Amino acid sequence: MELNLESITLEERRELERNVFMGTLEQLKGWARSNSLWPLTFGLACCAIEMMGTGASHYDLDRFGVMFRTSPRQSDVMIVSGTVTKKMGPLLRRLYDQMPEPKWVIAMGSCATAGGPYVKSYAVIKGVDQIVPVDVYIPGCPPNPAALIYGINKLQEKIRYEAKTGKQVTSR
Amino acid sequence: MIRTEELLLNVGPQHPSTHGVFRIVVKLDGEVITEATPVMGYLHRGTEKLAESLNFTQIIPYTDRMDYVSAMTNNYVLVHAVETMMGLEVPLRAEFLRLIVMELQRVASHLVWWGTYLLDIGAMSPFLYAFRDREIIINLFNELCGARLTYNYMRVGGVKWDAPPGWMDKVKDFIPYMEKKLEEYDKLVSGNEIFLARIKGVGQYDAATAIDHGLSGANLRCTGVRWDLRRDEPYSLYSRFEFDVPIGHNGDCYDRYLVRLEEIRQSLRILKQAVEQFPSDGETMGKVPRVIRPPVGETYVRIESPRGEIGCHIVSKGKAEPYRLKFRRPSFVNLQILPKLLVGETMTNLITILGGIDIVVGEVDC
Amino acid sequence: MSDEEKENLKANELTEQQEAMEPKQAPPPIDAEREAKLKAAAEARAARAAAKAKAEAEAAQAELDTPKEPSPRQNDLERYVRLIEDTVGQGTVKESGLNELNADMPMLVIASEQWPEVSLLLRDHGELRFSYLRNVSGIDYETYLEIVYFLLSLDNKQDVAIKLRTDREAPSVPSATPTWSTANWNEREIYDLLGISFTGHPDLRRIMMPDDWVGHPLRKDYEPLDSEV
Repeated sequence: MELNLESITLEERRELERNVFMGTLEQLKGWARSNSLWPLTFGLACCAIEMMGTGASHYDLDRFGVMFRTSPRQSDVMIVSGTVTKKMGPLLRRLYDQMPEPKWVIAMGSCATAGGPYVKSYAVIKGVDQIVPVDVYIPGCPPNPAALIYGINKLQEKIRYEAKTGKQVTSR
Repeated sequence: MIRTEELLLNVGPQHPSTHGVFRIVVKLDGEVITEATPVMGYLHRGTEKLAESLNFTQIIPYTDRMDYVSAMTNNYVLVHAVETMMGLEVPLRAEFLRLIVMELQRVASHLVWWGTYLLDIGAMSPFLYAFRDREIIINLFNELCGARLTYNYMRVGGVKWDAPPGWMDKVKDFIPYMEKKLEEYDKLVSGNEIFLARIKGVGQYDAATAIDHGLSGANLRCTGVRWDLRRDEPYSLYSRFEFDVPIGHNGDCYDRYLVRLEEIRQSLRILKQAVEQFPSDGETMGKVPRVIRPPVGETYVRIESPRGEIGCHIVSKGKAEPYRLKFRRPSFVNLQILPKLLVGETMTNLITILGGIDIVVGEVDC
Repeated sequence: MSDEEKENLKANELTEQQEAMEPKQAPPPIDAEREAKLKAAAEARAARAAAKAKAEAEAAQAELDTPKEPSPRQNDLERYVRLIEDTVGQGTVKESGLNELNADMPMLVIASEQWPEVSLLLRDHGELRFSYLRNVSGIDYETYLEIVYFLLSLDNKQDVAIKLRTDREAPSVPSATPTWSTANWNEREIYDLLGISFTGHPDLRRIMMPDDWVGHPLRKDYEPLDSEV
C-alpha cells in the first residue's frame, strides 16, 4: 500500500498535526524519564529541611512526578542536599554506584556545590563534584523551594535535550 | 534443630528515619536488640575551629546552621553570651522582637518534630499538616529578615531588622489559628488506638537516670523534674510573662509527646502576652562599639532551645575573635541515653525512641 | 571605655592638624583676624579635650579606689573550698575565684589526680548535691591544656565550674564518667579533637572524625594533611 502524502487536504493536515505526534523512540524515553524522576532521599543538613518543605503540600513536588524513594536501587536522581564531610564521602560514592543507570545528580545548596560557608573547614569536602559527576548545581543557602523546583525543571530539560539531540550537555 | 545467630545490622547514615546522617550499629537476636552503638560525625563541619578565625558577627550565620530547625535560639545564645561578657544593654523593643521570634521558632520546631515523628511511625498526613502551618511561620520570618531557614537575624546588641508595618498584626492573627489547629491535631492523633499502642510504655526511664545523663528539655521534663531554663534561670524577658512548664510522670515516649504539644500551647500563650506588651517604638540596636571585643575571661551562657539546654562557652583573650568557642548542644547530650534505652527493645521501637528524643544531626555533630 | 577615649582624642588631633594646614592653603591675602579666631578655637578644643581626659582618668581612679561589695557567692565559694580541702586533702584546690563576667560563678582549679574523689564528693555530699553535669569543655592554651566541667545542683539551684589542667606532651586526666554519665561522649569528643586521654573511661575512641584520622583538629598547632580536598 502506498502512503500518498500529497493528496492530503489542508484541514486533514492540520488535524493530523494536532493529534498525531511524531518523534523518535529516544525522545519518548526522554519524555518518560524526565517526567517521573524519583529521587533518593539524601538529605544531609539544612537543605534537607527545604527539600522536605518542597515535597510538602505548599510547593508540591508530586505534581512533577517526583516521588521520594528511600532505596538507591529504585531511584533515578540523587539530590545531594547539605554538606558532605570527609567521613561521609565514601558512603556517598557507594550509594551513587548502587543506583542503576540512567542516573543523574543534583547538587543542591552551596555546600554541595563548592563547600559553601564551610570552605575553610578541615572536615568538609569542597564540592560534591569531586566524588560524583553532577548535572545541575542549585546555588543558595538553603535554596528556596522554588529554586529547587527550577533546578529539577532544568534537569528535566537537560534529559529531554540529550534524548532529542544525542549530544551531551556540559554547560548551557 | 534450630540454630540462631546474632545479626549485625547497620541502620545506616542514609535512612529515611534517622533525622539526618546518623548511624546505629545494632546487634540483633531475632527482632530484639542486644546492643546498640551509635556512630556520628558524618556532619562534623568544624564550626568551633572556624570560629577561632572569625569575629563574632561573622560567627552568627554559622550558629544558624548548627541546629537548623530552630535557628533563632542558636543565634540568641551566641549573642547573649557576648552581651553578658561585655555588659551591653539591649533596648526593649529589640528584646521583645527577639523573644517573639524565639517563641515562634519554638512552635515551628515542635511542628517539624511532630510531623516527622509521625511520619517515622507511619502516619503520612500529619507531616503535610505540620508543614502547612510551618509555612505560615516561615513566611512571617521571611518578611522579617529575608530568609526561610537560616535567618542571621540577631546581632550583638540588638536585632538587624525592625518589624515591618503590619507584621505584628499577622503574628496576632496566627495565634488563635494555631490554637484551633492544635485541637484538630489532638483529635486526629492523640487518641488514636494504634498510635497509643505504639507509643505508650516505650523508651521509659526515670528521673535519676535522666539527671545522671544530663538530659534537658522535654526529655527531662517527661520524668517529672520541673526544670525549664526560662523559669529557673531566666534570661531575656521571660520573667515578665506567665506560663506553665508542663511535665509528665512516666518518662516514656507518650509523655514526651504530650509535653511537647503542651509546650506549643504555652508558647502561644507567651506570644499572646508579648504581642500585647510590645512597645510601639524604640531602637533595634543598642550602643555597641564598632569592633566587638569582649574583655579577657570566659563565660558560659545557657538558654532553653526546643531541644533542651543549649549553652555557649566563650574564652576570650580580648581580641575580636574568640580564643575558644564551645557550644553545648542539647541533641548531643540527649542522645547518650539511646544505647541504654535500646537494649531489649524491638527494631520497630528503635525508630520510635530515636524520634522521641528529637535530635537534629547538625547539632549532634556541630 | 578606653578605646573610645583614644579614638576621640585621635579625632581631635586630626581636626587640629587639618586646621593647622588650612592657613597654608588659604589664598595669599591672609586675614589676620580669621587666623586668630581659628587659633583661639583650636586652643579651646585642646583645652576641652584635656579637661575631659583628666575627668575620665579621675573617675577611673575613683572606681579602683572604692572597694567593691562582696558578692553573695563568695560564701559559697569559701564553703566549697573548705569542704574539698577538709575531705580530700590540703592542696587539692590550686586556685579559686569568682568569675565576674559570668554572674559570679565560682571557679575552682583542682589537682587532676584527686579529681575522682572530688567529683564523688561534689555529687553525693548533702549540702552540695551537684548531680547534673551540664557541659565539659576542652581548651588549648598554648602552654597547657585545660578541661572545664560545669556542674549544677537542681535542688539548690547553684552552679560551679571545675577546671583541670594538664600538659601538652602526654595529656591525661581521670575520667568523670563513673560519676556522671553525661561525661561519656563529651570526653570522647575532647579526646578526638584535642588529644587528651581520660583514664578510666569505658570506651575512649574517636567520635567526630573518621577512625583513621591523623591528628587532633582543635589544637592550635594542627595542620590539615589534605587541605585541597
